[in-house]
Amino acid sequence: MTHATATANMMHPPAPAEPGSGVYSNKLGMWVFLASDVMFFTALIGSYIILRFGLSEPWAAPGAVLNVPLTGINTFLLICSSVSMVKAYAAIADGKKYFLRSVPGKMLQDGGLKFWMLVTILCGAAFVGVQVFEYFKLVQHGLTPAGFREGSHYAELALADPVKYGAATAGLFGSTFFTMTGFHGFHVTCGVVSMLYLYFTKVLPEKYSPTDFRGIETIGLYWHFVDLVWIILFTIVYLI
Amino acid sequence: MTTVAHAPTKAHHEPMSFWRKYIFSTDHKIIGIQFLFVSLFFLLLGGLLAMQIRWQLGFPGKPLPGGGILPESMVSGGVILPEYYIQLVTMHGTFMVFFAIMPLLMGVYANFLIPLKIGTHDMAFPRLNMWSFWLALTAGFIMLAGFFVPEGAARAGWTMYAPLSARPDLSGATYGQMLWCVSIVVLGLSSVLGSVNYITTVINHRAPGMTWFRMPLSIWAIFITAILAVLALPVLQGAAIMLLFDQTIGTHFFDPIAGGQALLWQHLFWFFGHPEVYILILPAMGMVSDIIANGSRKPIFGYHSMVFAIVGIAFLGWLVWGHHMFMSGMNPTLGSTFMVSTLLISVPSAIKVFNWMGTMWRGNLRFTVPMLNAVGFVSMFTIGGLSGVFMAATPVDMHIHDTYFIVAHLHYVLFGGSLFALFAAIPYWYPKMFGRMMSETIGKWHFWLTFVTYNLVFFPMHILGMGGQMRRLYDPTQYDFLKPQQPINEFITIAAFALFAVQLLFLFNFLWSLKRGKKAELNPWQDNGLEWSLPSPAPHGNWERPPNVYRGPYEFSAPEAGSSDFLPQHVKLATDKEPAGSIER
Repeated sequence: MTHATATANMMHPPAPAEPGSGVYSNKLGMWVFLASDVMFFTALIGSYIILRFGLSEPWAAPGAVLNVPLTGINTFLLICSSVSMVKAYAAIADGKKYFLRSVPGKMLQDGGLKFWMLVTILCGAAFVGVQVFEYFKLVQHGLTPAGFREGSHYAELALADPVKYGAATAGLFGSTFFTMTGFHGFHVTCGVVSMLYLYFTKVLPEKYSPTDFRGIETIGLYWHFVDLVWIILFTIVYLI
Repeated sequence: MTTVAHAPTKAHHEPMSFWRKYIFSTDHKIIGIQFLFVSLFFLLLGGLLAMQIRWQLGFPGKPLPGGGILPESMVSGGVILPEYYIQLVTMHGTFMVFFAIMPLLMGVYANFLIPLKIGTHDMAFPRLNMWSFWLALTAGFIMLAGFFVPEGAARAGWTMYAPLSARPDLSGATYGQMLWCVSIVVLGLSSVLGSVNYITTVINHRAPGMTWFRMPLSIWAIFITAILAVLALPVLQGAAIMLLFDQTIGTHFFDPIAGGQALLWQHLFWFFGHPEVYILILPAMGMVSDIIANGSRKPIFGYHSMVFAIVGIAFLGWLVWGHHMFMSGMNPTLGSTFMVSTLLISVPSAIKVFNWMGTMWRGNLRFTVPMLNAVGFVSMFTIGGLSGVFMAATPVDMHIHDTYFIVAHLHYVLFGGSLFALFAAIPYWYPKMFGRMMSETIGKWHFWLTFVTYNLVFFPMHILGMGGQMRRLYDPTQYDFLKPQQPINEFITIAAFALFAVQLLFLFNFLWSLKRGKKAELNPWQDNGLEWSLPSPAPHGNWERPPNVYRGPYEFSAPEAGSSDFLPQHVKLATDKEPAGSIER
């Protein structure tokens, strides 16, 4: 490194010579942030476990209140978005900055970074959309954070079959359900917004290259984490 | 001794507007100074709240001097109302823990010292750093707003035990409680962003030759503390969010009547809360280690054991939260487990105390103001640590739980510990921040008067606690068994006013020295740290090129240094090899 570049790059210091972790700072910072996010979800999920299994009254049976097939499809969407995120990562690693390009001898066109990032953003946005729809339906039928609304569809069902619908524990059911899935949805929304920002500022202007695509890798880490959290939430909230 | 040319860094960038440079700055040093002013403000505010508490305890039922300016909802005929008193204790604790001590240690000194001491230009994420400050300030104002909403500020104690905090019909404060939760969530985000920055910077941005075991103990402590903060604050955030939902959208997390668990709050709060107490003391320990080695002109005794003690304390800190809950109803076996893990923490703590004493032993002591306060820290922390052992033992805790004994203990570690360390750190790095020295004379008066009055205030609280006076008690004279102790309360109150008055001395010294202090020499404490190789105050971007580091930070009185009794980390001796990856000069 010459003196001139060292001076010119003062605000973008060269990689420090003390080797550090060998991982660039954005990625390391994201890992540390994800560690803190793990603790955040641990607080919510741990509380859910303690509250639910500390009860003597029955909890609502799986699928009784929540629409498992709909959310199952939604889970599939989110997993697909993780796959497309990996495809986006692989595309830019190979230097494919384009949207779609025909490959001789192949029926399907080959997707580049622009294509796979768009797929990821759309899947993420669709997930949030379906979740909003699900919330809307649940509240309409009477599930609120405080429990079953009086006189609502669910309240009547719970009156008829208190065990299946967890009539005595509906308050906690609503509390934990909306808090956990709500904060997950908030994380997905943040991810979609960040990806949209990167899409317009970095992906479309082709700022990423096979030698530097740190933004894609860093947001990818976050995105896979959010996906992982959902798989845990889907299992413990919807399936058990 | 060869000298390394340290050309004073030129300003290589276009001049910045006042707003960019001092308000929305991304320079770690400016952000540290911003944190300093803001948290000193909150420290003063917390102190003012404490004075009102003391008045009520010393002279219950007597009109508060100057209380006439407070609205009717707080005082009646000048006398503090119980509703206001509980707000005072809640907000005093909250402000002091979250907005004074924590930002003073982690906001000010982590920001200011990390890049300077490890030899880098700035933090890894300067913009994130700016956000961290502005979020903390926002959180502070949200908290402060509590006093100005109907029904006043939060009323459930700084620990916010549920269901009192979860049910406005019980606490009598709706908006104050909500603002507390919102503020804590914002503050948690600020701390997490800041700590992500600290961890990344320390791992990735050390100067050539600044290996892990050449890092000053202050940086080690801050690094480990940042790990604690990153993992602990989100738990509090999660808990505060659940509490907020209980208050606003009708969830039932902490309300036993609807199936929730009040104890769950205590578990979550203290799972955060115990790492938090080490967040509040570890950076203080680190800075005191630097200052004591400097003031003793000796290498720190047991450098590696100091590092491992920090790591040990931080690790054990996760396993002890239950000792806050011995009286909350706990399986005795679990209680014993928490008792043992808590007592174990005294081992690394004692290692540190003995190492400080070993450092000072037969040292060439220089009792500058920072050194005096650092020694004050060691002695007061020892008392606080020993009283902590009493509470860690379950059978003793049964008697002294939630009494003034705990109030005495926590003030010995937080005031006697953290704040004395800050009284050491502020004058020590003041020249680096502002280019001027704080007055030594006023500083010495301040130290001795604080040391005496501080002990007069907090030591008798042990006795009050043994006598059964409960913490957060509004009027000690309402119980016959506490009446004989009332003279002690009056004594403490008078001493507390004196203690507060002495702090004005510090405030005066701090502000006066900004403009009138003696111009600082290049290395006023003759220290080895990299920060002293720069002009004071250091320019934006610190070094033109990161310095090379040839040794650890505690080479005092080393024979290699020749006539000088210190050997800075960046000075290359003829026998030193260039560190791996160093930049050609």
